[in-house]
This record gives sequence, structure tokens and C-alpha cells, in this order.
Amino acid sequence: MSTKQLLVSATVMAGLALGTSSALAQKKYDPGASDTEIKIGNIMPYSGPASAYGTIGKTDAAYFKMINDQGGINGRKINFISLDDGYSPPKAVEDARRLVEQEQVLFIFNSLGTPSNSAIHKYMNAKKVPQLFVATGASKWNDPKDFPWTMGWQPNYQTEAATYAKHILQTKPDAKIAVLYQNDDYGKDYLKGFEDGLGAKAKTMIVAKASYETSDPTVDSQIVQLQASGANVFFNITTPKFAAQAIRKAYDIGWKPVQYLNNVSASIGSVLTPAGLEKSKGVISIQYLKDSLDPKWKDDKAMKDWYAFMAKYYPEGNVKDGSNMVGYGVAQTMVQVLKQCGDNLTRENVMKQAASLKDFRTDVLLPGIKINTSATDYAPIEAMQLVQFDGKEYKAIGDVVGK
Amino acid sequence: MDAFLNQVFAGLATGGIYASVALALVMIYQATHQVNFAQGEIAMFSTYIAWTMIDAGMPYWPAFFLTIAIAFVLGVLIERVIVRPVEQAPVLSVVVVFIGLLVIFNSLAGWIYTYTIKVFPSPFPKEPLHVGDHFFSAHQLGAVGVTLVVLALLYAFFRYTPLGLAMRAAAQNPTSSRLVGIRVGWMLALGWGLAAAIGAIAGMMVAPTVYLDPNMMSGILLYAFAAALVGGIDNPGGAVLGGFMVGVLENLLGAYVIGNELKLAFALVLIVGVLVVRPSGLFGRVHVTRV
Amino acid sequence: MTPASPLTAASAAPGKSRRIALAVLLLAICALPFLVTNYHTFQLTMVLVYAIALLGLNILTGYNGQISLGHGAFYAIGAYVAAILMDKWGVPYWATVPVAGLVCLAAGFLFGLPALRLEGLYLALATFALGVSMPQLLKYKHLEYWTGGVQGIVIMKPDPPFGLPINQDQWLYYFTLAIALVMFLLGWNLLRGRVGRSLIAIRDQPIAAEAMGVNNSLYKSLAFGVSAMYTGVAGALGAIAVQFVAPDSFNIFLSITFLVGIVIGGLASIPGAIYGAIFIQFVPNIADQISKAAPWAIYGVFMIGFVYLMPVGVAGAIRIAWARIRRGSGRNGQQ
Repeated sequence: MSTKQLLVSATVMAGLALGTSSALAQKKYDPGASDTEIKIGNIMPYSGPASAYGTIGKTDAAYFKMINDQGGINGRKINFISLDDGYSPPKAVEDARRLVEQEQVLFIFNSLGTPSNSAIHKYMNAKKVPQLFVATGASKWNDPKDFPWTMGWQPNYQTEAATYAKHILQTKPDAKIAVLYQNDDYGKDYLKGFEDGLGAKAKTMIVAKASYETSDPTVDSQIVQLQASGANVFFNITTPKFAAQAIRKAYDIGWKPVQYLNNVSASIGSVLTPAGLEKSKGVISIQYLKDSLDPKWKDDKAMKDWYAFMAKYYPEGNVKDGSNMVGYGVAQTMVQVLKQCGDNLTRENVMKQAASLKDFRTDVLLPGIKINTSATDYAPIEAMQLVQFDGKEYKAIGDVVGK
Repeated sequence: MDAFLNQVFAGLATGGIYASVALALVMIYQATHQVNFAQGEIAMFSTYIAWTMIDAGMPYWPAFFLTIAIAFVLGVLIERVIVRPVEQAPVLSVVVVFIGLLVIFNSLAGWIYTYTIKVFPSPFPKEPLHVGDHFFSAHQLGAVGVTLVVLALLYAFFRYTPLGLAMRAAAQNPTSSRLVGIRVGWMLALGWGLAAAIGAIAGMMVAPTVYLDPNMMSGILLYAFAAALVGGIDNPGGAVLGGFMVGVLENLLGAYVIGNELKLAFALVLIVGVLVVRPSGLFGRVHVTRV
Repeated sequence: MTPASPLTAASAAPGKSRRIALAVLLLAICALPFLVTNYHTFQLTMVLVYAIALLGLNILTGYNGQISLGHGAFYAIGAYVAAILMDKWGVPYWATVPVAGLVCLAAGFLFGLPALRLEGLYLALATFALGVSMPQLLKYKHLEYWTGGVQGIVIMKPDPPFGLPINQDQWLYYFTLAIALVMFLLGWNLLRGRVGRSLIAIRDQPIAAEAMGVNNSLYKSLAFGVSAMYTGVAGALGAIAVQFVAPDSFNIFLSITFLVGIVIGGLASIPGAIYGAIFIQFVPNIADQISKAAPWAIYGVFMIGFVYLMPVGVAGAIRIAWARIRRGSGRNGQQ
């Protein structure tokens, strides 16, 4: 055999090898994926105390139905299996096991609540099944070293709270601050971020803290307590119903502090309108998604698409509810990840692609906010916009902060 | 001092809420000798019915009275269709039926109306009243007034009307009542209807303050239950007073004594303490068992 | 062996066949983890856990007539005792179960003392208060060091000992099954004897029972203690199976679910606890399958439907059906 022949055959062999390996790369499946289908699991509180958030799961399902109607992802239809855990951690464990072991889903997506996700955190990582874009803002989901199979989506509560702290330090360094917070993981996460953000001055600046339970009928008593502290800044860490009550009560008893409201309850339709637009004037919050009732997006294409989507695929859903915007955005991100996976639908590759989003934007994100992830950065949305409500719409304060 | 008074006022306002729901609990207990766990959810659902009518453009008062009538019919229907067939079952089985009703109404409301909070209008002036330096919302004052009116009507009904007497008799001693010609079955149904109607009033008075949502009543029912028992479950006046007591107590404890985290727990412990000393409530009749 | 005379054979037959049936049943229960998937094994483990808890509540409510709307609190105490012992002191999981039982025995007995003065509705409120307060206590900031506050405690899943060739789920099932058997045998011994009769007598005729020399107060607080102990043991086992405890796991709805369980399973019935456990474990899943929009509505319909069809619970319905069959066959035999 001549050298030339050798060379040729070597090249052919190499080509063959490459060909086969690329052919292999073309179609690689883990449980839950096939030529025709991608099985996605999800756990939601459709019943129980947090059933208000169940609508996120319904939006997810509606979005995937739309994608299927449009031909699916790389020719595969999404089979979305969503289970009810009633916001009970033991039930979430059972549901996760059913999804992973029984239904054999490729991964679990957008399961809701810190307690439920905490309960399945270790299990998912031990099983090496992705727990993607969980619907909670706790900071612990960004821990790729210890939990490489779990990733959040929304900006985390602590970072958000620190943003407010920074703004207060800049604009009102002598502020006397009162805080109202929900007595659970979510409220305490915000509080911690806020105190950390104020740093050494937290002790002197925060003059009053009051907590409430979700079983409390109103937070009137707490607002009266906070007013009595003489605070001139009010940080409102509450879920929608209580946020509206707090804003209204503060106004009614003549307390006029600078109000900071957590993003959880920043929705114009489901919080500020019930509280009273006049009473909500001046409220400062952060946003990362467009608000469906904000007049400035009236002619925005993405907003029109969203309204059309809601009308066609989730007509029973409420367009005033900010949760439905969240569901839309997170489902869109998921579809992007699956598109990036191509034909390599292994759990490892799903996680890898989720961790390599580059400047991705879902339509409903505010301009200037991009989703970036990497092997060491499991926090998709880290940028946010400080905004102030002027009685009609949110006005930006400064530029987008964070990355 | 100022803050203290404000706390007392806020406590009285929420106390009014507890009182109105407690009244509905007492009503059904008077009429059926059962404690209906679904009471709060039926009230919440009735309030949604009122909201639907008002949202469709009906003026407040017609919607208000129409809702009371609908709630009354709903109550009678529930008794006839769902509770009647298990009448002979053990007490606890009936309790499970109530729990079943509770989850059904809660879930249905969420399904039909979604979980987004809704503003429920108040028939009273919007501007808060000034009492000295204090603010007291006109609605809360009005709601307390409505509760007192309902209380007075109830009192008169049970005391002075033959129907009221017959209902009490039917609940207390069905067998003897039957012998003297009282139609016990219909009395029970009537009791359910009245309780549902009072619940609807309570719901419509509560909703403007706490916003209307499917879980509106879950927290309130707890306090109302406590209020009714501390006042004496067979005493409407006691239940209303119990409501105000629980409201004020809970606010003052939360603000000055133990902080908000444990105020519910502590209030309940206090109530249990009271019950240990006075097992039939502060204003209830003492029952003597005949051997 | 000499053949028994026809007479004794006939009279022994029911007992014997019953024992055989029981043995077959036990064998089937032991074989289950090898016949079903790990996920179902986990579910069955939870059924056993709930069965123990329901038996506990049944001792108090079914046999003794004291209504508790707060047994979730004892379940929570049991779960947290197990979790804290394992998390803070590295106590092996199997040793935490008896400790959890003892702690709950004491807690239940102490709670039972003031509860003696309360009856019916008032007792229901007192226990309701306990159930409602428990999650708040678990979150309380001064207990946070122990309870982990709102974040709860994550527990390691136990490996099978002695190098047994079974997986963790199967081992957990057998571990739970063994404890459940012990608890049920204890309960059976307790309830069919003098104690059980006294408890029932206090429930039905308190004054007559007192007159007959039954110490009502002692028995009632003991019933509370023993009942809490059962539920606490279940709580500890549940925590080990789920590997996680948090205040949100033990809200008031858990207590209400237990009550639903004993009523639907059958009050004052030992097998009733098992039927009830099956109901509360599986029916919510069925409801979820039927409707995502309103799963609780379906669950509620199931509850009402069961009470409607079987007002004295599944155990009661079986008893009635069995009696009817026996009477039928007895008549046939005479003809």
C-alpha cells in the first residue's frame, strides 16, 4: 500500500468515524425523548393554599399546546405532564417520583414554590434529572457546584431587595424604614437581601418590622404598627392580596412614606388597580417583564402576540394576572433550550444547553434585559429595571441594573 | 397612646368581620346543632354571585338583596339534597360532608372566577371618617352597623316569632318537636337557608375590606369559630361580642405583647384557657346533663 | 396426629381459615415491593405511615369519642423530633422513631389534661388551635436553630442494613411495615381488652362508666397520650420516607385530612385505619387526574360520595356486607 493510499483510507476512515459520531450525536435520547415526543414534567399547586399560582402551570400547558400546533420543536411534540401537589412538600416528593420513575419524563420544568422544590432538590440531583427554571425566587437555586441539575429563572428575591436597599442609600441616606413581610421562606429571603444590602446601617435604618401569616384576614393592624414607628420609607414584602390591602390602608390612615413594593406584587391589574391607582401613586418596584395593563405596551408586538395567545389557548385565564406573563416567558425560554438541544435530547445536554443561553430574550422581557447562563452561572435573569408608578403606568428610574 | 387607639380601632374593625361570620355559625348551630365548616366558603361563593351581578351593571342594593335570596335557596337546597341523605350517619360523617362542601366551593370559585383578587363595592361613603385624629373607614363602621342589625333581627326572630321558636325546638329536641307537630325536616332546611343568607351578608360586608378571592374566608372562619365559641355558641349576642374581643385582643397582642408571628397561636391559647375555666363560653348557657 | 372430631374441626374452622387468610395477606404485603415499581413502593410506604397515624386518631376519636382537629400537630412533632435528632446529633434513623413516639406520648398526655374539661365542639376548637398554631411555632425565630425555620430540614435516606440485596425504597417499606405491624398488634391488644371497653364506655355512657368504677379522667388523658404517640411514630416514619420536613408540610389541612381518613375508613375500627390511609393517599391523585381545573372539587365529591354510600365508613360497610353473606350462607346451611 502506498502512502497515498494509506492517507486516503485514513481520511475515509476518519470521515466515517466522524460521520458515525455525528450521526450518533444527531439522535441521542434519554428517557422521555424520542423521535416524535419530548416528555416534560411539572408540579403545581392547583389545589390548596397557594392555588392562586396554579395559573402558571396552565399557561405553561397552553404555551406548549401552541408550540405543538405550530409543529413542535424540531418535529417533536411536547407532552406536558403537570401534577397537583397542593403546596405540600411530601406530595411534591411523590409527584416528582411519579414523573421521573413512572412517567419517565426527560426533565421537570417550572415546578412551583420554595418548600416543594426544596423537598425534591436532593432527589432530582441524585437522579441526575434536570429541575429546570423552578418558579421561586430563592437564591439557593443558583448553586451549580453542589446542585448541578437545578436552575431558577426569575431574578432572585435577595438581589431584588438589595437593589431597593441601594436605591434608598443613594436617594434617602437618612431614611427611617418600616418593613412588612410574609412570615415564610419568601418573605424572609427578601428581608435578608434587604438587610444585607443596607449593610451596617440596617440596624439603625430599619425602625420597624412586622410580619403577617397568609391566614390573617387583613394586615391593617401591622400597617398601624408600622406607621406608629414614624418611618418615612416602607418596604412592602407581600403577596398580591396583602399588598393591595397594605397600600390602601397606608393611604387611608394618612401614612405617606416612600413605598417600595416587591416585584411579586407589582402587577397593575391584580394589585395596584384593586388598591386604587391614586393610592398607588409613587410606588417604587422593579420589573423584568412587561406589564399586561401598562398602556405603554399597547402597540408592542410581543404584547399583542401575548393577548392573542391568551385569547386562543388560555381563554379562561385572566389577562390582568401577572402570573400568566411569567408562565409565557418561562415556557418560551424552555422552548429555546429545547431548540438548542437539537437531536441530542439527553438530560445532560438539556442541562448543558440551559446553561449556555447567550443574550436570549423572550418577547415579554423588558427592553435591555437578556438571559445569560453558563456552567458557573445558573441565574437566567439577573437584570432588572427600577420603576415608579405614576398613577397610570410604570416609569423607569435610571437604566437596567444587574447583568 | 395614639397608636394604641388606632390598634383598638383596627381591632374593632376586623372584629366586626369575625362577628358577622360568627353570627352565621351560631345561626346554623341554633337551627341544626351542627357546626358547618363550609359556612365560610358558602358565604364566599354567595359574594361572588353578588359580584357577578354588580359587575354586569346591577345597582348595589338590588344585587345585595337578590344575593341574600339566592343564598337562602342555596342553603335550603344543600340541606335537602346533600345533607339530608346522611342525616342518620354518625356526627363525624356529617362533618366530613361539610369538609367536602368546603373544598368543593373553594375549588369551584377558583375555577370559575380565577384567583385574582376582585374589588367588591361598598354601599357606604368612600371617604374615611375622622374621629379626632383617627381614621375609621365608613365601610367598617357601616359593616358593624349591619352586623348589629342582623343580630337584632335574629334575636327578635328566635325570641318572638313562632317559627323561630319552632326552629329552636326542632334543633334541641327533634323527637318531642315532631310530637307537637313541628315539621322538623323543613325547620332544618330553613335553618340552613337562614344561615347561608346571613353568611352572604357577612361575605358582602367582609369583601370590601379584605378583597374578594376564593380563599377570602379560610382565615376568617378560624377566628369566627373562636369568637362564636368564646361567646357561647348558642348565644348570638355573645358571638358578636366574642368577635370584637378576638379582633381587639389579637391586634393588641400582636402589636405590644408577643409580636405578629405568634399572635394567632397565643390568641387561641387564651381562648382555650377561657374555655377550660368556663366550658360553655363566656356568655353561653351552662348545660346540665340529665342522668 | 389424630384427626380431630368433626365437632371441634367445625368450630375451629373459622378461626383457622381466618388465620390462613391473614397469613396469605401478610405474605402478599411482604411480596408487594418486588411486584411493583419503586415509586409505588414509596406510595405504599406512605399508606402504612398514614395507617399508623389514623389508628392513633381512631383510638382517640373513634374509640374514645374525643374529636381532634389537630392531630397534624403530633404528626409534625414526631417528624421534627426524628429530623432534629438525625440532623443535629447524628442519631441513626431507626432510633429516632421510639424517641418521637415517647415525646408525643408526653405531649399528648399533657395536652389531654386541660382537654379533659372540654367536650365536643370546645375540644374540637382546642385541638384545631393546636393544629393551626403548630406551623407557626415551627417557624418561630427562637426555635430556628433546631427547626431550620421556614427552610425546614433535609434528611438522608437510609440504606438497607446488613448488605441486604434490596434498594432503599424496599428497605424503607419493610422497616415501616415492621413498625406498623408492631403498632397494629399493640393497638389490637389494647382495644379488644378491658382498656378498649372502658374507652368505648366513656364515649357512649360517660356517667355510667364513671359509676362502674372506670377512671374517666385517667383513661381520657391516656387515650390522648397513646393516640399522639401513634401519630408521632407515623410522623417520624413519614419524615424518613419523604426525607424532608418543613412547616408547610404540616398545615391544618393535614389534620383535617386525618379526620377525613378515619371517618371514611371507619370509626372505631382497626382495619378502618388502613382503608382510610388508602383513601387519603390515592384519592387526591385520582382527583388530579380527572380535573386540573378544580381538583379539590372532585376530591370533595369523593368525600361526600363515600359518606353517602357508606355512612359508617368502609370498615362498617364491609362488616355489614359480611354479616349479610354469613346470614345468607347460614340459612342455606340449615336448609
